[in-house]
Amino acid sequence: MPISDEKAVELREMARKLRRDIVVMIGAGKPGHLGGSCSLAEIVATLYFHKMRHDPRNPRWPDRDRFVLSKGHAALVQYAALVEAGYLDRSALGTLKELGSVLQGHPDMTRTPGVEANTGSLGQGLSIACGMALAGRIDKKHYRVYCILGDGEIAEGQIWEASLAASFYKLDNLTAILDKNRIQATGTIIERYDTNPHPEKWRAFGWHVIEIDGHDVRQVAAALDEAEGIKGKPAMIVAHTVKGKGIPFAEDTAAFHHGIMTKEQYEAALKAVGE
Amino acid sequence: MSAVTQNCRTVYGQTLVELGREDERIVVLEADLSKTTMSMFFQQAFPGRYFEMGIGEANMVSTAVGLALCGKVAFVNSFAVFAAGRPYDQIRQMAYLRDLNVKIGGSSCGLSDFGDGATHQGIEDVALMRAVPNMTVLSPADGNETRKAVRAAAAMNGPVYIRINRNDMPDVVPPDAEFRIGQPTVIREGRDVVVFATGYMVAKALAAAEELGKEGISIRIVNVSTLKPIDEKAIRELVKDAKGIVTAEEHSEVGGLSAAVAFILRGSGVPMECVAIRDVFGQSALGYEQLLEHYGLTSSAITSAVKAVLR
Repeated sequence: MPISDEKAVELREMARKLRRDIVVMIGAGKPGHLGGSCSLAEIVATLYFHKMRHDPRNPRWPDRDRFVLSKGHAALVQYAALVEAGYLDRSALGTLKELGSVLQGHPDMTRTPGVEANTGSLGQGLSIACGMALAGRIDKKHYRVYCILGDGEIAEGQIWEASLAASFYKLDNLTAILDKNRIQATGTIIERYDTNPHPEKWRAFGWHVIEIDGHDVRQVAAALDEAEGIKGKPAMIVAHTVKGKGIPFAEDTAAFHHGIMTKEQYEAALKAVGE
Repeated sequence: MSAVTQNCRTVYGQTLVELGREDERIVVLEADLSKTTMSMFFQQAFPGRYFEMGIGEANMVSTAVGLALCGKVAFVNSFAVFAAGRPYDQIRQMAYLRDLNVKIGGSSCGLSDFGDGATHQGIEDVALMRAVPNMTVLSPADGNETRKAVRAAAAMNGPVYIRINRNDMPDVVPPDAEFRIGQPTVIREGRDVVVFATGYMVAKALAAAEELGKEGISIRIVNVSTLKPIDEKAIRELVKDAKGIVTAEEHSEVGGLSAAVAFILRGSGVPMECVAIRDVFGQSALGYEQLLEHYGLTSSAITSAVKAVLR
């Protein structure tokens, strides 16, 4: 069922808040993974505030849907969602990467409530998600596993090992989302190390593939529903996104994959995403 | 030393089945070596909890992480060289979670896959695994201890690496001996030199003790079946009044038992020698003993080392 107009407005507003939280977390004069976090705002907003069954008061609820951020450097967007959902106090946002902080540079489930897996060493999250999906099958649970990959990340060979396994084991309780923002740390994917064509590769590996605009919450929600309905194979949502989306000076550039905002840029970013 | 021999990988496979029967959380993952690691026993007994992951060790380890995060106790299997080395990063990322129940069976460890040559001989696996924080590293000395080590690995919370020898090994540990992770045990009492041995080298040390006894030299043999964590206090206690110390392991001289013991006993001033594979790769041979001999992993090498520290 398509989401209502009200829901779409709500999710767009949530995506804006996530971007605002990301900008605030990084602050001025410090490096942070701005670009790859902002490209995921609508997808993560739709997962946490529409699609996933989860309970911030009970982060280890056995029947919860699982969220694995394989591209762990985009942790900021997950941290923002965890704050907005109530897993974490807002005050945590000001402590990112400080010694002893609950918010590490990459997701750390031992420190951050709501984080499901330690990721950041790229290429491993999809395998972890497959393990969670297999466990759900053994235990006859109805939870789904969501795993977000980067289009740079999928150069890692382990992704394709996991891709084979997910399809061999017919993991239809697994939905992967490819954040196709076209840019990796040092430049464009096409120029640096082209992992395209994406839909064809995932189809050839036995996945049901859906292509969407990853910034359109209606399309994101519809694709997540379609993926859930697929039986006998895993689903891959290839989400076309813009790196740094919503932050004008950071859009579509590698400069803010892990860039430092000047004070002026920080203020411009806050202005762009709203207070 | 008993005349009874047991095949450690067979014991390993049988123990997994025992565990599977007792504990529904046990799952087993394999990378196409089930007929050699003997995980096939578990496959036959519990097909629904057995996952063939193809020839892809990295994915196997991380998939086990996902299973363990959902409450399973996951045993992953391959040869030591592929189990510890190929997915090293996956293992070190995983082990950050100190309670995570992923257990790695490092099969055909050391030179025990004598025929397959350097590519298949895991001689630095202990060094790799010891370097990972939170990792427990086990190296059983015989079939009985293999069974106990695998059971202890399943019973504890946290990542464990277990070395499993490919070949038949003589019983050296009393079947009813208690096995405690972290606890070195005296296998034979003696007064002159303390020999710390692990794995198959415990049997070699026992043979050396017989030879040395004829010359009036008495050695205390300590079976170090846990290579991490090591009870440092116990090691220091065991060498009190010793005239010398020898370590013996089927592993590179880099980062294994000798490194662990030397680190603990640094500054003690007691003469020390190590019997280990020099910093070289293995190679093929038609027999296990022949290969061990080539790399100096024999009872006579231990005998010479004992005499050297007494000199």
